[in-house]
Formats: sequence, C-alpha cells, structure tokens
Amino acid sequence: MRVPISWLGEWTDLPEDVSLEHLHAALVKVGLEEEDTHGFPLTGPIVVGRVISAEPEPQSNGKTINWCQVEVGEAEPRGIVCGAHNFGPGDKVVVTLPGAVLPGPFPIAARKTYGHVSDGMIASARELGMGDEHDGILRLAELGLDPEPGTDAIALLGLDDAAVEVNVTPDRGYAFSIRGIAREYSHSTGAAFRDPAASIEAPPVSGYPLEIGDDAPVRGRAGCSVFSVRVVRGIDPTRPTPPWMASRLRLAGMRSVSLAVDISNYVMLELGAPNHTYDLAKVDAGGLVVRRAAQGEQLETLDGKQRTLDAADLVVADAQRVLGLAGVMGGAYSELGGDTRDVLIEAAIWDPVTVARSVRRHKLPSEAAKRYERGVDPTLAPLATARVAELLVELAGGTVDEGLGALYDASTPLPPVRLPLDRAAAVIGVPYTRDEVVGTLELIGATVEADGELLTVTPPSWRPDLVDDVSLVEEVARITGYDRIPAELPIAPAGRGLTRAQAARRRVAQTLAAAGSTEVLAYPFVADAVAERYEPGAASVRLANALDAQVSLLRRTLLPGLAEIAHRNLARGLTDLALFEIGAVFRPEVGVAYGTEFIPLGAERPGDDTLARLGAGIPPQARHVAGLFLGEALPKQPGAAAVPAGLGDALDAVRQVGFALGVDIRPAQGAHPALHPGRTAELRVGDRVVGVAGELLPALALESDLPRVVAVYELDLDVLVELGAYDRQATPIGTLPAATQDLSLVVDAQVPAGDVRDAVAEGAGELLEHIRLVDDYRGQGVQEGSKSLTFALRFRAADRTLTAAEATDAKLAGLARAAERFGATLRE
Amino acid sequence: MSNPITEQTVTAAVEAALAAIGEAGDSASLKAARAAHAGESSPLALLNAAIRDLPGDQKAAAGKLVGQARGRVTQALAAAEERVLVAEERERLVAEAVDVTAVPSRWNRGARHPLSLLMEEMSDLFIAMGWEIGEGPELEHEWFNFDALNFDEDHPARAMQDTFFVEPAERHLVMRTHTSPVQIRSLLSRPLPVYVAAVGRVYRTDELDATHTPVFHQIEGIAIDKGLTMAHLRGTLEHLARAMFGEGAQIRLRPNYFPFTEPSAEMDVWQPNAKGGARWVEWGGCGMVNPNVLRSAGIDPDEYQGFAFGMGIERTLQFRNDMNDMRDMVEGDVRFSQQFGMVV
Repeated sequence: MRVPISWLGEWTDLPEDVSLEHLHAALVKVGLEEEDTHGFPLTGPIVVGRVISAEPEPQSNGKTINWCQVEVGEAEPRGIVCGAHNFGPGDKVVVTLPGAVLPGPFPIAARKTYGHVSDGMIASARELGMGDEHDGILRLAELGLDPEPGTDAIALLGLDDAAVEVNVTPDRGYAFSIRGIAREYSHSTGAAFRDPAASIEAPPVSGYPLEIGDDAPVRGRAGCSVFSVRVVRGIDPTRPTPPWMASRLRLAGMRSVSLAVDISNYVMLELGAPNHTYDLAKVDAGGLVVRRAAQGEQLETLDGKQRTLDAADLVVADAQRVLGLAGVMGGAYSELGGDTRDVLIEAAIWDPVTVARSVRRHKLPSEAAKRYERGVDPTLAPLATARVAELLVELAGGTVDEGLGALYDASTPLPPVRLPLDRAAAVIGVPYTRDEVVGTLELIGATVEADGELLTVTPPSWRPDLVDDVSLVEEVARITGYDRIPAELPIAPAGRGLTRAQAARRRVAQTLAAAGSTEVLAYPFVADAVAERYEPGAASVRLANALDAQVSLLRRTLLPGLAEIAHRNLARGLTDLALFEIGAVFRPEVGVAYGTEFIPLGAERPGDDTLARLGAGIPPQARHVAGLFLGEALPKQPGAAAVPAGLGDALDAVRQVGFALGVDIRPAQGAHPALHPGRTAELRVGDRVVGVAGELLPALALESDLPRVVAVYELDLDVLVELGAYDRQATPIGTLPAATQDLSLVVDAQVPAGDVRDAVAEGAGELLEHIRLVDDYRGQGVQEGSKSLTFALRFRAADRTLTAAEATDAKLAGLARAAERFGATLRE
Repeated sequence: MSNPITEQTVTAAVEAALAAIGEAGDSASLKAARAAHAGESSPLALLNAAIRDLPGDQKAAAGKLVGQARGRVTQALAAAEERVLVAEERERLVAEAVDVTAVPSRWNRGARHPLSLLMEEMSDLFIAMGWEIGEGPELEHEWFNFDALNFDEDHPARAMQDTFFVEPAERHLVMRTHTSPVQIRSLLSRPLPVYVAAVGRVYRTDELDATHTPVFHQIEGIAIDKGLTMAHLRGTLEHLARAMFGEGAQIRLRPNYFPFTEPSAEMDVWQPNAKGGARWVEWGGCGMVNPNVLRSAGIDPDEYQGFAFGMGIERTLQFRNDMNDMRDMVEGDVRFSQQFGMVV
C-alpha cells in the first residue's frame, strides 16, 4: 500500500517536520513493514508562466520552432524556444527556469539554440513526471487552473508530495486504505485519528431495481452480502481531474484516467472500499442482477480482453449481458466514456473466496480483488457510493438523483470472541493490566463487555481476522509493543541427541571432505533427455509448473547434477575435480498413483486411516551420496608424476563412505546404462546392492562437455545407515609374532581378483590375519589367457608362535580353495 | 734367528697403524685401515703370531709388548669409528635436506558446503538445549504443507507461497515451500512436550538471481509444552543469535502475519560484528503456534501452547559471512566451498 503524506495528514495529525523515515518507523512498529518510498524527483524553480507571444520560425532541418515570450512573474518576460505547437499566446503553462532539475535527472539551463538564448523550458506533463498519457505542453487551463504567473508550480500541481509504501499482511485488508493506515499511525504514535468514513453523509435511497442471487455459493458462502447503488446525473465529462487528486493517485500507484474513474479509485484508496461506475445509459432499465455466470458466458473486461466465464464466477449483469466480474474487474461495455452524463455507482461486498478463485481462474489480479480477498468492511459499501456521488457533484458538476438508488444488506455482524482477562499475559509472558487489555481492544475499535475476569469482545466491522482469543491477544501485544516482551530460555526435557542416521550422514560428509572431495548442492531438476540417459524408461516425478519447462523432472539420481556442476567448474578453468553431494532423490515406482484425490481439513487431526493414506501417497525419497572425479587425482609435482583421476578414486570414496558408516562395501563387476561397460562396479554389502561406481560412458561424458574419463559413484545412504555397525564386539589383539608369506597363483584372466582373494582367505582359515593383492602379472611365463596373482599373507595365532610349516599349510589350504573354485594353480 | 719383536718393530707397527687410522675420514678408509693394521695379516698380528716361536723366557715380555700395542690400536679404531660415524651421519643429514616448501603432497583439499556446515552448527545448538532434529520429505502432501498449518485453500497467503506443484496437480503433492510441515509431522509422531528443530531444503518458484533461488534451505523450530510464552520464543531466538553472531547479538520482534502462528512476528537480529558496522538485519518469522495447528495434530490448545520460528539458511549465511550473491551458493564452484573448508 502506497500512502501519500498529504492524504494521510488529512485524517491524522502528522508532525510539522514529517519525513518518510518517520512514517516508516511509526508504521513498522504496528506491523506495516517498510517496502519503499515514492516521490516526484524534481526541484525548482518551476513556475507558472503566461505565454505573451509565440512566433513560429521554420528551421533548415524542416522543423518549426516557436520563439516565445513568457511572463513568469518577473519584471521582464523570458525568451524561450519551444518545439511544441499545442499552445499559444494567453495560455498559462509550466516553465522550468534555469537551475531546475526535472526527473531523469534533467537539469535545466539557459542555452543557445536555433539562434536564440532559451532562458528556460515550457514543460509537458510527461517531462514533469506527471504521466505518460499526454504528449504536448501542459496547459494549466486543461486542469481547470488559472493561477498568477510566477506561482510555484510544484506545489500547485501537488508535485511536492511523497509517499511511503508499506507491506500489508494478508490478515489486515483494512490497511489497504488511507483510512486503515491513518488508524494504525494513530495507534503507533497516539496522534489523533479522524475516520474518513464518519464524515460521509449517506442518505438512504431506494427505487433502483436489484436482483441479488446466488444459486451456487462457494463453500456455503453467498457471493454477495451488501450491494449499494446510487445515481449521479449530468456530469460534465470534459472536466479534468484536479491536480491534487491526480498527484495522490499517481503516488498511490494508479494512473489518472478520467475524472469519474479517478474519483472511484480515489474513494477505494481512501476508504478501502472498491466501487464501480457504470454509464447509466448502457445499463438495461430492468436494473442490475448479481448471479453466478452461465458456463461459457462471455465478458470483455476493462483491459480489453475477452473472457470466457466459469459457472463458479460471480457476475454483475443486467437483462442483456454480463457487465462485470464481481469484485475483480468491470466490463468494457458499460464503461464510462467521453459522452457519459449519468453515472450508476455501485459498491458491494463480495465473498473473498469467490473473488480469489475468479482471480486465479482468469489470472486477473486487480486492486479491487486484492481488497476483497482480504476482507472489506461491509459497512463501507453505502458510504463509498455516497462519497463517490459527493465528489462527482463537487468536481464533475453532476447532481445526485435522490430518488434512485438501492441498498441490499445481508451482512451479519462479526461474532463476539470470549477472552479471559489473563489470556494475553499467559500467551505473551507480559503481565498486562486490565486497563491495558481492555483499553487496547477498545482503541482498535472493538466493543468490550467485561464479566469479572471474562471479556466478551466484539471486533470492529473492518477486522474479520479477529476470530479467536489469540488474535485478540496479538492486538494487545502489537499495540502495547513487542519490545515489552522479555527473553526467557525454556527448559526442554533431556533430548537424545542426533539420531543415528543424522550422525552417520554427518560422518560421511566429513570423511569425504577430509579425504579431498568438495561438497556441492545441485538443484534436483533434470531434463527428460538427461533422465532418459541415466535410467532409460524409469518413472520420474514431474513438476506441473517448472521454471524451465524443459527441465521439469525431479532427479532419480544425483549423477546428472554432479556432471552439470563439473561442467560449470571446467568452464571456469578448474580442471581437476573431486565432488560429492548428499541429497534426496525422488524414485516413484511405475504404476503407483501417488498423492490423494482429497485434502483432509485443517484444524482437526485426520483419522489414522487418513494419515496412513497420506503417508502412502508420498513418493519414495531416499537420501543418496554420490561423487565425481575427473582430471588429475594428484598433480605433477617436483619429483612426482601426475596421477590421473579414475575409477580407483571413485572406489576409494566408496570405501571412505563405508568406513564412516562401519559397513564393508564391496565392488563386483556390474553394468549401468550410463557407465562404461567394462568399468562399472556394482556395490554390495553382503548380498544387498547399495549402489554403483564406474566411469561415465565416454559418449555421455562428451555430450556433457566433460573429458573422456569421469569416474563416479552413487550409494543409497539410507540403506547404508540401516546396515551400519552399531553393536560391534571387540576381538582381542594378538601380540605373538606373525608369519608372513607370499602366494603366487595362476588363474584364468577373466576371474575377478577379489573373488580369488576371498577364496584364499576363506581356505586359509582362522590363522590368516591379513591378505592383500600385491601383483597381477600377465605375459612371459604365464599362459595366454591366464594371469598370475600374488597375495601377501600375514598369519598369526592367538596362543602360540606359528612355525613356518603351519603358515605354509594354511597358505596351501587357501590355494586349494582357490583351485577348487577357480582352477587356480600354484605359480612355479 | 733373532727376536723380531722389538720395541722398535712394535712401535713402528703401532705408529703406522695410528697414522692410518687417524687419516681415515670415512667408513671405507677406516675399514681398510682396520684390515691393514688390525687384520689377520697386519704387522701386529704377524708379530703376535711370532710370539709362539720365541724361546719361553722371551714370550712374556714380547706378549706384553704386542698386547699393549694391539690394545692401543683397537682403542684408536673404536674412537675413529665413533668419529667417522658421527661425521658421516652429519653429512648424510645435510645431503638428505629437502625444500619443505615443495615436498610433493598426496592430499587434496576437499570442503563441506558452508550451508551444510551452518545447518549443522545451528542444529547442534538446539541439540545442546535438549531439542531434537525432526525430518520430513521434500516432496510433500499439501495437507502437511498448508492445510494442517492453517493455510486456508483460498487464503491469499497460500497463493503467496509460490508453490511448485507436481503432476497430476489434483493429487495434491507439492515441493514443500517451507520446513514447517515437519512441525506437523513432529507433533503427530512424538509424545508431548515437543521441542524440535528441522533443517532442510525448501522450494519456491523464484527465478535464480543475486537474492533468490528456487531451491533453498531453512531451519525451523517448534516447542509445544505447558506454559510456553512469547518470552520463551524471544529467549530461544536470542540464545541462537548469540551463538551465531556473538555475545552482543539481540533480537527485535515486529508484528507480522503467518497463518500458522498467532501472534506472529518478523524477527530482526542485531549483528554486532557485521562488516561495515553493527546493524539490524531481517532474519526470519516466528510466533506463538496457532491453535488450529495444534488441533491439526490432535493437541488440545487449552492445555498446551508453544512457539515456532523459521529462518533461511542462505540468508543467514549471506549476512553472517558477508556474501553478496546467492548464485555462489548454488552453482557448485569448488572455490566457493573451499574458502570455508570444514569451518563456517
């Protein structure tokens, strides 16, 4: 809401030296947050001038300029060159004298031009920042003004005013008005408040035919509760909007359109009561009808757009046609025009829900709708029509048709709310006195009846948000000041700390970062083509209103996000990358209808069945951890060659994750549609598949603008956390000497070394303390198609020093198991 | 045959030996000197062997003479050995010197994301107060995100949330617009009293620019107990503010509106150590939990009441750590996180 200072000052007492800062500070205290300030960025001298003469002088460039003599209240007239032609001798105009600055900023100086010294400028409304609607020179007679030359034009035109803009929260529709803001300013500062509604004379009128109906109330609420009509006849459609009104409207953010429309808007802004004006001649003599639209009925709204109406839209119509979308926007047909003499003024109270839905349905927000959606004081409707009529008489030369009008009023008073006197103190923690509680509520306009310690509070008509005790408590706290609330630390019962899963996730992140990976947080949105590349045919969740319609799926895997971030880093010259992300993935199953067709009501606990259905309707959202490596794992350094990043880095990161969680994650040869067919590891814990590691398919890497070798891994962190070791039993540490032996054996080259190692370890039995693959040799001395694997074995017994023979026996037992399982032979 | 073991021959052998030992500057020359003058074929060894052939009456004197001589040589060898070892070790250490500013590294610098670190730091403060950390899905049912939190389906506040809907929209799934659904989930699943904080990702349909991102993070707190007041809310916020911004931090509350709290407040924090000078900064929203929210979780608002608050992690990081551009937090440029490493 934008609030011009001069307007606010009409209805409350502002200090002499009022500033925008002062207004913001006062209003924020009562919950009207500072948004912006507005003004006319110009400085004088800008004065009224009378054109004495204007001599046309054709120029060599084909233009004709006017060489003018202008009286500006000085001893001598000034000579001014002007390119416009819509004025002549005798006209009063606005002259910006040297030293003035117009919006732009555009400083004015005396300058030589077209063979003259132009000693100032004759200004247009556009140049003065008064609007873009009119081009030529502003002739003050057009505004109905005839001031003396030399008069300060800035004050004359209301250009010395300024406005604060405050944010009005959705519960306080009344504050979308000068009336509401003045009231709140008064609450904040104690300054007097004069209610603009109180000074309006609104004589009852009747005789205008109305038919108010609603055969399809939304959520049980009738669409229209109040409808007021008055008629003003014989306005002069050529009358201009007075500058003070135009200036206030402009500062309030509204265009000046025509006097009658401006008056309607002015009254809406001042009272907070939207109203509408019709050309009476265009309305069927049978009067106005309020009803739901027929499905498909047509309406051209004031913005010139043709609208196809829905049966849930509420309309104002006559016997011939729909005249407007109730509370949202009027129709073009009955719009006031240049020849309108008789005006039908309407102000109504519309159901907020009906209005809100029409706004959404037609994507048609409006100043009126904004107020109706938040609730308009129902007592204002007949006052608003009266005030519009009054201004049409005063400014447009019309006369009220006292015999014609109507008032339909089916509004109900706001229900009283019971408030125990001590409730405010119990909620806020401030020991408010009885006087503070009752006084505050009365100050905001409520009626308070006390029965001992129990108050019965009837909210004022403009506060439909005051529906329960805590909303009244908020008023007490707000008006007496939130700064009175003390600070006290509550004592919570003993907590259990982070959950196992929360602690485990942190360990994973810390471990990966310590080991050299950098955490990133990618957006979870992916394009269809990308999703298809990583998991062809898989089901994904799709956003209905993605910011980029091309990127509307929710990720099933973290890998595309990592690839995108890797590309961004590469583009910035960062060529060696180790990244990881921990985040949710969205993995709906094919054929499951997630969500529910219903939404349970709020303010009551749904039944267990309903809660179970809501729960079952949430698509699975596991937390994954994934990483990416490319470039060099270790750079070239003095005395050390570079080490390229590769699958080993990804598998090490997997081991780091396993280490952090206390699970043994093992790789097995695997396959994945986005990964290199020969360099893909399925990751398992026992028999359970927990993830994948590998190098991206080179073609996919290239498509993603990445180098050929990009190693990645992805693990289901939720599953790993579940599998983690939390009750590990210690084994005693043997201190007797160890026996170490190497075992070289030959197997088919296709047999995975890890499987051979496992077989050897199994066969070697309890004495084996440690086994490690130290060599994989192929070539001379080993048959083609075979390989020689060498393992370093460490044996130890808990109770004796092992002999070499015992160690050898164990080793050979290991060999025997590998022979049995894979045909391994001892390498000679 | 004359007696070869004379004062003269022995002295000559000893002097030759001592000279050679004295000259030995390294282990190799010392080894050669040991072989030449104390080895089996050294002069003294030969003299010693000759004792056997002497007449009996001369053996004792000759033995004494040669024995003393060999003792001197052995002693000299031991001393030289010590001397050479020390010298050699010294040389070796000199030779082994490296430029410690250029020793090859086998470690790469990784980093946590500062948003994660900040969320963990804030969570830890609540854990320390006995609170627990609640969780909920990012793709959420509308009831949890709106209705249960007292957002009427037609209320302007609901439209103001800039919600991402999920297809098909009539199945009422949304990307959660705040962490507040965790309030309801916590109230439904935990015994009272409840003191829970929630951190995590939230979504709004804002285009990415210097101050907005469609995907961001929040921390949320809810405390429901008997007798909690807005003073407890302020106390909790001040405690958090001091932990985040230093001892001089303060909280200022301004009236505001949120469907899920009544009274509601916007909170500002006094940031005493801000770059460019201490200042008030808008930090988040808070208030006393609206009775309708408690009713949504089956809690009697006449018996229990409490407070809730929430703030943006990105915003907190922005003003706490002097960051001007939100895009740095979402782009994943490794240089951004690496400024922080493991500490924010």
